[in-house]
Amino acid sequence: MVRLIDEFRDPELLRPLLQRISSYDDRNYSLMEVCGTHTVSISRFGIRSAVPENIKLLSGPGCPVCVTSQQDVDKAIELAKNSNIILATFGDMMKVPGTKSSLAKEKAKGANVVVCYSTREALDIAEEHPEKEVVFYGVGFETTAPTVAFSILEAKKRKIKNYSVFSTHKLVPPALRALLDSGEVRIDGFILPGHVSVIIGLKAYEFLSEEYGVPGVVSGFEPLDILITIEMLLKQIRSKKAKIENQYKRTVTYDGNIYAQKALEEVFKIDDAEWRGIGLIPKSGLAINEEFEDFDASKKFDVKVPYSIEPPNCSCGEVLRGVKSPFECKLFGKGCTPEHPVGPCMVSSEGACAAYYRFERYTRVVD
Amino acid sequence: MCLGVPGKIVSIEELAGFRLAEVDISGTKRKVSLDMLPDAQVGDYVLVHAGYAVQVIDEEAAKETLNYLEQIEWSD
Ligand code: SF4
Repeated sequence: MVRLIDEFRDPELLRPLLQRISSYDDRNYSLMEVCGTHTVSISRFGIRSAVPENIKLLSGPGCPVCVTSQQDVDKAIELAKNSNIILATFGDMMKVPGTKSSLAKEKAKGANVVVCYSTREALDIAEEHPEKEVVFYGVGFETTAPTVAFSILEAKKRKIKNYSVFSTHKLVPPALRALLDSGEVRIDGFILPGHVSVIIGLKAYEFLSEEYGVPGVVSGFEPLDILITIEMLLKQIRSKKAKIENQYKRTVTYDGNIYAQKALEEVFKIDDAEWRGIGLIPKSGLAINEEFEDFDASKKFDVKVPYSIEPPNCSCGEVLRGVKSPFECKLFGKGCTPEHPVGPCMVSSEGACAAYYRFERYTRVVD
Repeated sequence: MCLGVPGKIVSIEELAGFRLAEVDISGTKRKVSLDMLPDAQVGDYVLVHAGYAVQVIDEEAAKETLNYLEQIEWSD
C-alpha cells in the first residue's frame, strides 16, 4: 500500500512538473485557492515562489474561522459568559478577537470554554454534566458541518437534552458565485477544496464552468497534487475549454458522500449568511431546522450583542476576497503576528495571514 | 479546519447502535465514527476529519496520481 503522504512530496516527481508548468509563459494566469488547507500547503511547500511569476496564486475565502462574521464571534463570546453554559469549540476559535473580548480571554476570566477535537467529545461532556448546558460553537464548511449534524442526531437518539449547537456553518459554492459576480478580482481558474468536495462532490461546482466559463479542479493537498492541479488548470485556460475536473480522485467522487449530505439535509436548512469581508451572501449558511430546534442554541438562549466592530486597520476582508495579499496589509508582521493577532486571518492556523507569516515572510521579494 | 488525515481501520465495534472504528493514523490509534461511511470495512484506508471517517481512500486512484507524469503526454 502506498503510504499516501511521503510519495506525494517526492522531489523527483515535482521537478519535471514544475518545468512543464514554466512552459506556460505566454500570459498572466491568476488562480485562486478557496480552501485554507490549500493555502497552508502552498505556503508551507513554497509553491507560490516555485511557480513562475506570471502564474499568480491568490488565496480566497477558504478559512472558515476567518469568514465568520464579527457579530457571530461576539455572540459566541456572549454565550461563553453565561455561567450555566459550557462552550465547546475547535481550538482555532479561541483567540479570534471579538469586538471587546475573545473566548480565550473569557476562559482566563473563568468562563467554561473547552476545546474539542470532535463534536463527539462535546456530546460526552454534556452527558457527564447534566447540570450544565453544553453549547457547541459550530464553525466550518461542508466538511465539518456533517460532523455537527451527526452529533445532533446522536444527541436526539441518546436523549441528551443539555446539548445544543450555535451554528455558523457556511457553504463554499455560493461564496464562489459571490466572488465571480462581484468581478473585483480576475480569476482564471479555481483550485477547488479537496475535503469539502469529499462531501458535496464534483457536481456542486458545475455552475462555474457552465454559467461563468471558469475552470475548476478539485485538488488534493500534497505538493504533487497541487502542482498537477495547477497544470490541469493552465491547460484548460490555454485551450479555452472550461470544465470541472477531479485531481483528488482517491477521495473525491462526482456525487460526494450521500450519507453526509442526507444528515445535512435532515438537520439543517439553507439560510442567508453574513461573511466577513464579503457581506451577506444569499443561501450560503446552514441554520438548524425547526424539527431540531431543541438543539439550536440560538433559539434556546437569548443572545444579543449591542454592536460589533471589526478590528480597525485589519485588511482581513480584502484578504478573504483575494483583493489584497497579506503582505499588503499595513499591520502584517508589525502590529499583527500569530502571538498578537489583530484579525482572524492571523489567528487561524489556516488563515492566509498566519500561513504567509509562518512560511513566506522571508521569501518575499521586495518590489 | 477541513483537515483530513489518512488512516487504516484496524477494528470496528458497535456501541448502542453506532458504529465506531479504531483507526491507525501513522501509528496512533483513534476511535472514529462511521456514521458517514456505513459500508467501511476493517482494512480500508479512510480519510478522518474531526472524529469522523469521511471517505474510503481509493488506493488505485492514489497510485494513478503518483504515475501522473507517465500517463500524460509532454505536449498537449
Ligand atoms: S495581517 Fe493581521 S491585521 Fe492585517 S489583514 Fe491579516 S489579520 Fe488583519
